[in-house]
Amino acid sequence: MAILSKEEARQILEKVLSFASADETIVTLNGGNGGNIRYARNTVSTAGKQENTSLAVQSSYGKRSGTSTINEFDDASLQKVVKRAEEVARLAPENPEFMPALKPQQYQESKTFYQSTADIRPEDRAKVAESSIVPASASDIVAAGFLEDNAGFSSMMNSNGLFAYSQDSGLDFTVTMRSTDGTGSGWVTRDFNDFSKLNAAEASQIAIEKALQSRNPKAIEPGKYTVILEPAAAVDLLQNMLYNMDARDADEGRSFLSKQGGATKKGEKIVDERVQIYSDPFHRDVPFRTWSGDGLPQKKTSWIENGVVKNMFYDRYWAQKKGAEPVPSPSNFVMDGGNASLEDMIKDTRRGILVTRLWYIRTVDPQTLLYTGLTRDGTFYIENGKIKHPVKNFRFNESPIIMLNNLEAMGRPQRVDGNMVPPLKIRDFTFTSLSDAI
Amino acid sequence: MKRRDFLQMAALGAGAIMMPGTLLGNPVPLDTPYSRLDARLNKQLADTALNAARGKGASYADVRIGRYLNQYVFTREDKVQNIVNAESFGVGIRVIANGTWGFAATDNVSKEGIAKAAEEAVAIAKANARIQTEPVKLVPVPGYGEKSWETPIERNAFEVPISEKVDLLLSANAAAMAQGANFVNNSLFMVNEQKYFASTDGSYLDQNIHRIWPTFNVTAVDAASGKFKTRGSLSAPMGMGYEYLDGRASSKIEGPAGLVLYGNHYDMKEDAVAAARQAKEMLTAKSVKPGKYDLVLEPNHLGLTIHESVGHPLELDRVLGYEANYAGTSFATLDKWKNKDFQYGSDIVNIFADKVQPHSLGAVGWDDEGVKSKQWDLIKNGKLVNYQAIRDQAHIINESESHGCCYADSWNSVQFQRMPNVSLAPGKEKYSVNDMIKDVEDGIYILGRGSYSIDQQRYNFQFGGTLFYEIKNGAVTGMINDVAYQSNTQEFWNSCNKICDKEDYRLFGTFFDGKGQPSQVSAVSHGSSTTRFNGVNVINTARNI
Repeated sequence: MAILSKEEARQILEKVLSFASADETIVTLNGGNGGNIRYARNTVSTAGKQENTSLAVQSSYGKRSGTSTINEFDDASLQKVVKRAEEVARLAPENPEFMPALKPQQYQESKTFYQSTADIRPEDRAKVAESSIVPASASDIVAAGFLEDNAGFSSMMNSNGLFAYSQDSGLDFTVTMRSTDGTGSGWVTRDFNDFSKLNAAEASQIAIEKALQSRNPKAIEPGKYTVILEPAAAVDLLQNMLYNMDARDADEGRSFLSKQGGATKKGEKIVDERVQIYSDPFHRDVPFRTWSGDGLPQKKTSWIENGVVKNMFYDRYWAQKKGAEPVPSPSNFVMDGGNASLEDMIKDTRRGILVTRLWYIRTVDPQTLLYTGLTRDGTFYIENGKIKHPVKNFRFNESPIIMLNNLEAMGRPQRVDGNMVPPLKIRDFTFTSLSDAI
Repeated sequence: MKRRDFLQMAALGAGAIMMPGTLLGNPVPLDTPYSRLDARLNKQLADTALNAARGKGASYADVRIGRYLNQYVFTREDKVQNIVNAESFGVGIRVIANGTWGFAATDNVSKEGIAKAAEEAVAIAKANARIQTEPVKLVPVPGYGEKSWETPIERNAFEVPISEKVDLLLSANAAAMAQGANFVNNSLFMVNEQKYFASTDGSYLDQNIHRIWPTFNVTAVDAASGKFKTRGSLSAPMGMGYEYLDGRASSKIEGPAGLVLYGNHYDMKEDAVAAARQAKEMLTAKSVKPGKYDLVLEPNHLGLTIHESVGHPLELDRVLGYEANYAGTSFATLDKWKNKDFQYGSDIVNIFADKVQPHSLGAVGWDDEGVKSKQWDLIKNGKLVNYQAIRDQAHIINESESHGCCYADSWNSVQFQRMPNVSLAPGKEKYSVNDMIKDVEDGIYILGRGSYSIDQQRYNFQFGGTLFYEIKNGAVTGMINDVAYQSNTQEFWNSCNKICDKEDYRLFGTFFDGKGQPSQVSAVSHGSSTTRFNGVNVINTARNI
């Protein structure tokens, strides 16, 4: 099915509700089209396209709920899906944490949909691949990359009169460039809502240069080093910290935000006072849908302000129990930075390690948010303001909390994986062993 | 985890069911009767796809008509948080045109919808052929005609009433709470893949595959110190029906330090009780002193180490560079295999791959490109002897047939090389876990899965675990905390100096092995007996924030 307009979606949702007889009914209707191309060894490997549309009905009697879905849209099918949801609701156990459907909400608009992305054809994807493969071949480099794009709509309506609708488009592009002798590797990532912003050739060139510069890395001893984390290297640790800011976990004593004696760290300074992290679905560079899956508006929300825990996220049940406002989990995040470019930050560093990205990051200890993982695709030694030589990759064991307490400087934020992240200069970042991986 | 996946997972845990999406398929009613796809109708639809692809110029085509049923039960303490019945139904068509792969999928399972998707797959292949420099070469596979295969199960989990499942989980939770646990999150995942495969080689293969995975986390909190510790279940996901949960006594294994371990049947309630006691014990257990230790690794722990340090590096697509942009490449390069003398591990290390082990997650009749499943050696007496290869790769390693390990996680994903079961053969001499511990002066006994991380060429890794016990002078002395071991794959497997016998052999498994772009999951088992590795580097992971 095509991407439905607001009115087309509203008509289907209203029709579904007109067939309902439960105490409460919530209906969602989502759909979209997506495509991708994958290449490796300087040639295309796989490519594909998918389309899917689905309608879900949740019916509730008291605290009993049932759900049914369908992907046919004639009247008989819509009646059937409602009837089945209502039958299931009568059979389901009572959920003591059931929350009634929301009243109508006000949502502001955020520009998340671009026709340029919806219009991508197989030939456009092939051109993106070509813009990596051709310059790679010319530089004795092997390209492996991936472009994935999607465009679709989401909508929701309930028996209290709530209606939400949005369109969304997005693409993710990554490419790895490896030297043919296997001693150097570079990587770059780009993501946009608008396909016309993707300059795959420029991005590919950055990865090629990293591959060339990172050849024949030298081993240096693991230990504590000053590091400059490029935005793509910083994003995962920051994101993992934010995903763990759930109020219920903190209140229950099983979070890095839990404190001795049962309280939480909300309102306390946990990292350097220059750290400001917030979510903003209206941000021009990282727009996001302005309503959450349960129909609450997504607002600009501060998580860390001047190093202090400003908010945790509360689902509707926990908020009610604690007498707090519900706060949806972060849709995206923006970390404020400075104006310095990556080059300026390197110039200001006497000795340090430049990290392109971190890889295979896993929780070691949820109590301290200790993570382990490795550097990858371009790790360099900096001396007296200059990149001196490539170094072998390291394994790290580090917590984003310790990292953000050891903050030296921040550069200009860039979009990474739907977030705005500055390059970060961190002292005493803990590398625990060396890896031979290129 | 990508933001999209996080949002969907968060929605599931929170009890919000209103999120139809691609991660789990579409929710369907709890009362959906268990039924199978009609093979006759499937054959007609499949032929429509194959004919449409050939008509547009494809030299090869295959079609998978898939109905994927998933049922998940989420509970915490005395509450059912969510019950999800998800169904995903559609068709994926893969073609070769002008020497290039093309793929298209649709949920419009009509002759018209399928023919259109087949044509789109050919159009994509042709669009990409322009930049293709390595035309696809397939090794031959026999046409098997119309055949079928089913996971041998005793009790179909989809036919067990929801109330029975809920009762089991809630009774285990109550047992853990009665032992002093503060929190229990307990979930049950059930999967049924109904797949109909057909190809222009003349196979029409109807398969019905079952998997099950019960898993919990029991948490103990000490509010005074602000500490919390979680002990995960010692279950394994299995290629079984609901009989896995019957806890039959013949499958219980008496471990050291009074531990009870599980083979092909699992006693959830008993394990939950042990988990509560052990989580509380962890709150005060001593912190490990970093250094070199002899590690005694139990199968439900070692399976993940095998997975990461042997399973992945021997995937031929990684070795060749096809995964360079995501999962990575491999240190186990073709020259190491060609020379036939690469000492991957000590000479007692024999590791085999298979898609046939009973109860395993990988067991199927045929893979997702119509190749009959089998077993083959990867490491023989410590030496690298083979990889995991599918039809378009086998010619590169001079094999005349595919290993049969091609898989797609959904009808709308393209199939590619995925890890089969990869298992460590048990020791030949009679040797028990207690015999092994008696021979250790300064060591650590590690059980269950924990934190895991390995580099993109599979050299350097770090693993945690669920439970750690100190071994001193041939005896277990007590529980310890904050343990992770770091090593290098070749160094680690060469430090392997003893493997228990087949009496101790059992399967570890994972439902969510991730690979590919777009990322796909795959379920895979790893068998082993308890094994000892000498002189491995252990770090202490305790920090203060």
